[in-house]
Amino acid sequence: MTRWHLSRRSLLAGASGAVVAGTVLGRARGAHAAGKLSVGFWDHWVPGANDTLTKLCREWAEKEKVDLKIDYIPSQGNKLLLTIAAEAQARSGHDILAMNTWLPGSHAERLEPVDDLMKEILAKNGPTNPVVEYLGKPDGHWRAVPATPGSQMKGPASRLDLMKEHAGIDLLKMYPPDGPANPVEAAKWTWDALLAAAEKCHKAGYPFGIGLGTTSDSVDTWGSLFQAYGARLVDEKGNIVVKSDATRAALDFAKRLAAFLPADAIAWDDGSNNRWLISGKGALIFNPPSAWAVAKRDAPQVAEKVWHHPAPAGPKGRFGPYLPYYWGIWAFSPNKSAAKSLLAHLSTRSAAEQLVAASQGYDIPGYTSFNDFKTWLEEGPPKGTLRHYPNSGDQILSIAAAPAPHKIAEQIYNQATITKMIARMVQGGESADKAIAWAESELEGFMRG
Amino acid sequence: MAQAAMGGAYGERVVARGGSLARRRAWIAFFLCLPLILLVLALVIYPAFYSLHLATLNKSMTRFVGLANFTFLFKRETFWMVVEQSVIFAVSAVIFKALIGFVLAHLVHRLPDKGQRKWRGMLLVPWVIPPAMSTLVWWWMYEPSYSALNWLLESVGLEAVPWLGDPYWARFSVILVNVWYGAPFFMIMYLAALKSVPAELYEAADIDGANAFQKLIYVTLPMLRNIIAITVLFSLIVTFANFDIVRILTAGGPRDMTHVFATWAFKLGIESNDIPLGACVSLFMFPILGGAAIFILRDVHRRSRELAGVAG
Repeated sequence: MTRWHLSRRSLLAGASGAVVAGTVLGRARGAHAAGKLSVGFWDHWVPGANDTLTKLCREWAEKEKVDLKIDYIPSQGNKLLLTIAAEAQARSGHDILAMNTWLPGSHAERLEPVDDLMKEILAKNGPTNPVVEYLGKPDGHWRAVPATPGSQMKGPASRLDLMKEHAGIDLLKMYPPDGPANPVEAAKWTWDALLAAAEKCHKAGYPFGIGLGTTSDSVDTWGSLFQAYGARLVDEKGNIVVKSDATRAALDFAKRLAAFLPADAIAWDDGSNNRWLISGKGALIFNPPSAWAVAKRDAPQVAEKVWHHPAPAGPKGRFGPYLPYYWGIWAFSPNKSAAKSLLAHLSTRSAAEQLVAASQGYDIPGYTSFNDFKTWLEEGPPKGTLRHYPNSGDQILSIAAAPAPHKIAEQIYNQATITKMIARMVQGGESADKAIAWAESELEGFMRG
Repeated sequence: MAQAAMGGAYGERVVARGGSLARRRAWIAFFLCLPLILLVLALVIYPAFYSLHLATLNKSMTRFVGLANFTFLFKRETFWMVVEQSVIFAVSAVIFKALIGFVLAHLVHRLPDKGQRKWRGMLLVPWVIPPAMSTLVWWWMYEPSYSALNWLLESVGLEAVPWLGDPYWARFSVILVNVWYGAPFFMIMYLAALKSVPAELYEAADIDGANAFQKLIYVTLPMLRNIIAITVLFSLIVTFANFDIVRILTAGGPRDMTHVFATWAFKLGIESNDIPLGACVSLFMFPILGGAAIFILRDVHRRSRELAGVAG
């Protein structure tokens, strides 16, 4: 039988072992004392943009001692949408997920309200633009925090040379590279002027590339036309108001414009207009700077002539489509305090400025005071192409289907009711009244609870 | 008598041992199949019942509404358009796949054995390439800015075709890709069936003075009738439930005129965030396909019984 004998040596060895073990364990606990956090961000298409976001997150995680796990989820193939839907059903997954446009409202009941966080952020950053508030506060409560990565404008991206040569429009005079918009010249940029330019460019063999499909680029463009004419489908109280003179006027204009668009425009998706511009075939598209950025790589001779500028004005004003992204915290998240802390860190002006720079100016934060970053002044070629990309002048930011109640507007947008009305007239040969009647029946269906 | 008694007892022991062996084999078979059974339960049966449950909820999935979603769909113009389009798509695609597969099978069957394998291999390529990948290539061929097909047409002086922009051309394009993808399956099934038709039947037909057409009608088709029915049924189910080809080529457009059940269910359920309505749409495929399956399999079963009766 072995007897264990406690000696001074064994006692000292044991004590020092316990001290070492305690130090290591204590340090491991202290290294992530604030727990774990799992985030799913939108996978930015601009190379390197994710790295800046990762760097900002890691800075925060090291300071706050949080074990942070980051996933970048692409929106191609609806991967992000499917992830959100799956996690919402399963009530498990990431703590924070990126959500665009209508998703914070769709999942409002499953998201943690962030009124407290937004109060602090708004106190520091100032107000958001109206679209951000409309989409982020669907039931009077902030359901997600506006995100910089992915938030974008969808105004025109035009070929300076083709617009001047064939349509007689000097965009540099209206929206100069080194200063604000010229109010007298910019006032001439109306939907009627766009229609005239579309006809001339079509005759010259460079049609405007505006889709009539069911994806968001098409819906946003025609939505901004409808708003410029004061045409609404459903008002803020949920009443169906599509049957109006304003709607008929907008539809009539759309039909006239569609005559000068590519024959396949009705089948276009969100990449079609990009390809149209990059191929050199088109004089104008409505798009964020992604098409221009790809043209810089694939068709530099096209890229160096592309100019981004505000939308045209209609009888009721100038409405520019804005699509925000958000960061939402699931209600099932076990570490909401860390999640809010991270989002507060990412919502600072400094963080937003770094993210905009990393995106080469693609991202536009939702806070109106953040529209003066240097990146937009410096990007090129041509230099200044993004100067008038963020909102400015008399342009009002908008989203198609607003100001309908959120759940109804989401259906109008995602089912592309506006572009389908136009397509029924243009391709189906229906009258405006018949298209409106069809829309009314669709809208009644969207009312179901 | 003792011998008989001993034989009886011995026989009983043999039977008992054989019975327990059979039972053990049955248990082994069950356990070997269990992983697949569990997968089917988890990934097919459970989602099907969950879908049923979802289809009875309101849009926000907060309360039970019974069959309200189904009655809502019956009143939608788009729903009946999707039903019509799904039937057109499935029936026309299957007919063409079966015809082309049948013709190809005969052509390949007539080739000398030496060269047959390489032709079989080449003709199977469309079916072997993952459909999402091959459909993407077709999409590029149809794409308005870079369409290779339109470039060919324009180079011989013809006008470009709006393959995906015009509703009827879009339907044609989608059916064409589905036929291109699915015809090899029919070819290989009919080729295998042709090889199993006894040569004596054709010799007997020759002796009777039958020409090629008569041999086709009176020998080949009757012998292939069951396999034709089964392949048509299988393809009808798969084509009816098609998602990838329509999704990639047209996403259901233009003007919802190429939507089939699966793509419209995705549009409503996932993209428009109305999961109960999406589930409802996808469930409509079940009675339609179930009815087709019963109808076709009943005929196969009757035919098999007739043949067994003739053989007996």
